[in-house]
Amino acid sequence: MLFRSGRKLGDTATLGALLCSFVTKRSESTLKVCVVGSGPAGFYTTAQILKQLGSTARVDILDRLPTPFGLVRSGVAPDHPDTKNVINQYTQIGLDSRVSYFGNVTVGTDVQLSRLRRLYHAVVLAYGAESNIQLKVPGEDLHGVYSARQFVWWYNAHPDHRNLPIDLSKIRRVAIFGMGNVALDCARVLLQPPPRLGTTDIAEHALRQLRDSAVERVDIIGRRGPVQASFTAKELRELLKLEGVRVVVDPDQLRVTETDEVEMKASRAKRRIFDIMKSSLDASSNTSGRQLHLHFLRTLKGIQGDEQGAVSSLQLERNELRTAADGSQRPAGTGEMEHLPADLVLGSIGYRCNPLEGAPFDERRGIIPNRGGRVLQAGSSEPDPGLYVAGWVKRGPTGIIGTNLTDAQETVAAILQDAQSLSAPADDAPSLQQVLQESGVQAVSGAYDSSLVHNLQQKDRCPQP
Amino acid sequence: MWLYGLTVDMLQPLLSLRHAFNYFSTTSSPSADDSIQVTFFDEKDGSETTVAVPLGENLLEAAHNNEIDLEGACEGSLACSTCHVIVQDPDLYAKLPEPDDDENDMLDLAYGLTETSRLGCQVLATKELDGMKVRIPSATRNFAVDGYVPKPH
Ligand SMILES: Cc1cc2nc3c(=O)[nH]c(=O)nc-3n(C[C@H](O)[C@H](O)[C@H](O)COP(=O)(O)OP(=O)(O)OC[C@H]3O[C@@H](n4cnc5c(N)ncnc54)[C@H](O)[C@@H]3O)c2cc1C
Ligand code: FES
Repeated sequence: MLFRSGRKLGDTATLGALLCSFVTKRSESTLKVCVVGSGPAGFYTTAQILKQLGSTARVDILDRLPTPFGLVRSGVAPDHPDTKNVINQYTQIGLDSRVSYFGNVTVGTDVQLSRLRRLYHAVVLAYGAESNIQLKVPGEDLHGVYSARQFVWWYNAHPDHRNLPIDLSKIRRVAIFGMGNVALDCARVLLQPPPRLGTTDIAEHALRQLRDSAVERVDIIGRRGPVQASFTAKELRELLKLEGVRVVVDPDQLRVTETDEVEMKASRAKRRIFDIMKSSLDASSNTSGRQLHLHFLRTLKGIQGDEQGAVSSLQLERNELRTAADGSQRPAGTGEMEHLPADLVLGSIGYRCNPLEGAPFDERRGIIPNRGGRVLQAGSSEPDPGLYVAGWVKRGPTGIIGTNLTDAQETVAAILQDAQSLSAPADDAPSLQQVLQESGVQAVSGAYDSSLVHNLQQKDRCPQP
Repeated sequence: MWLYGLTVDMLQPLLSLRHAFNYFSTTSSPSADDSIQVTFFDEKDGSETTVAVPLGENLLEAAHNNEIDLEGACEGSLACSTCHVIVQDPDLYAKLPEPDDDENDMLDLAYGLTETSRLGCQVLATKELDGMKVRIPSATRNFAVDGYVPKPH
């Protein structure tokens, strides 16, 4: 089945083909755009450029991995195949004749941004947020303490972390710090019956380990209260429905403050999530099997290890919510401490972008400073013509796949507005292919062909570069 | 195929034709017994298109079959919320079967949620919805290609 953009692009091409037969004069009035990163932001940006510019568009997509699709492949949980259907749409975009894909090319290492900018009218940075916020507590460097990002990349076979030294046959208790969907994804992968994962595209090595797993209990811990949790209803419901898993929440922790009530009134989503949580309390009669504990209002103070330097427990401080001057609620420590045993600790408190040489970086927000997608010159509020951003590197690591579409639309609108004044690459400028060849970079390159698509459908989907 | 020799100016007649086609209300074949009329209003470019939707077909399929720009990232499997539409007439909204938990879970994440929001892939054409108008919400307005004339090299 062809999807909307796929077909639309096809239409534009037919339209162009028709015109081609009338046109004899050649001119080189294409707009050349380089998109760095092939996740949702990169593909939605490409789709918008093709749609808006028709036959005058030319887009090269670069990715540091041999294979495209960013977190749709390496982030989205293996038991959510429907969410990954969007890959079909991206594949259609990639197969468009105006688009070329260059995998295995790291911008900043294999080719510098400054070099790229001389080859195109515009460069759009859509390289995501591939770092994470540190827990910043004593013991963070113990063996068995990882970021959720590393763990997700482990079970999704991302080349960076597919070899994470995890041995689930020796792990009984896992503590996950953070109350978002990524934390819930990790818990679900760890707790659900392995046969259910056997039919998914989870990495073979992870599936093998999950079959032998000794994990009995997962604790998810958050600093704020249940009303401030940032996971969504769908993921929570899925956890609560897991076969053979007992979900435990201390009823005391589900007591809400007046400000909580106000927050829930203002947000249908929050209200619904809280209701699901409350009703789960009565429903979880399951006393045997694996356990999932949700702990609200706890701050991680430290991680303790055993003689071998492996993690053994967490020290937590109880919080209460205090209303700040701006009306928001902030957790404040009460001084009461607790200990929680754990053999594996995953920090899931947020992603962060990596800076890139040649582009400014906002250290505080962890993104590239921009206005509506136009990158601002370092230390100034003036845009740097020809340099743009989309996706997580533009707005920070929030939202769902579809959010990147709106984001890309805004960025492409900015490119089109600026198009008249963008400086064109020099007449004798080499192609990207030539530049890569000269510097000996082995790109998975050229047209985005069917062998690549085939490659994506393989089970261990991220081949080692 | 590379359409290397073309400029936007050359494409202009056809593009603006397409634009005009989109812009004015267009009506496809009259409602037969086994189909209903549904109007899509696209907030992004202000276009309004009325199409015949066979009974039983969902609004996402109807949009795609008629070149209407409604995203369907998860291909109608209730895993994305990009097919969000807003039913304009509250009375017609009330005639729809209630959204289930799964649909509500995804709707919670939709951009610009309203009291009469639904996911297009979950709304099936039935007789009583004949004449329904839905709005496709948008955070940004489209920039037509007409504005761009590439700079000569
Ligand atoms: C664990 C996890 C699960 C998620 N699950 C869901 C879900 O179920 N549903 C949903 O809607 N959303 C989900 N999301 C959110 C969704 O994945 C993001 O909104 C989206 O992927 C962000 O898109 P992006 O293109 O900005 O970044 P990414 O998808 O991260 O893409 C960035 C791309 O840039 C490449 N890159 C990085 N650095 C360089 C460089 N220097 N040079 C060249 N290329 C580079 C990377 O290899 C990558 O392919 C999830 C996110 C995470 C982290
Ligand atoms: S297309 Fe994804 S929910 Fe409708």
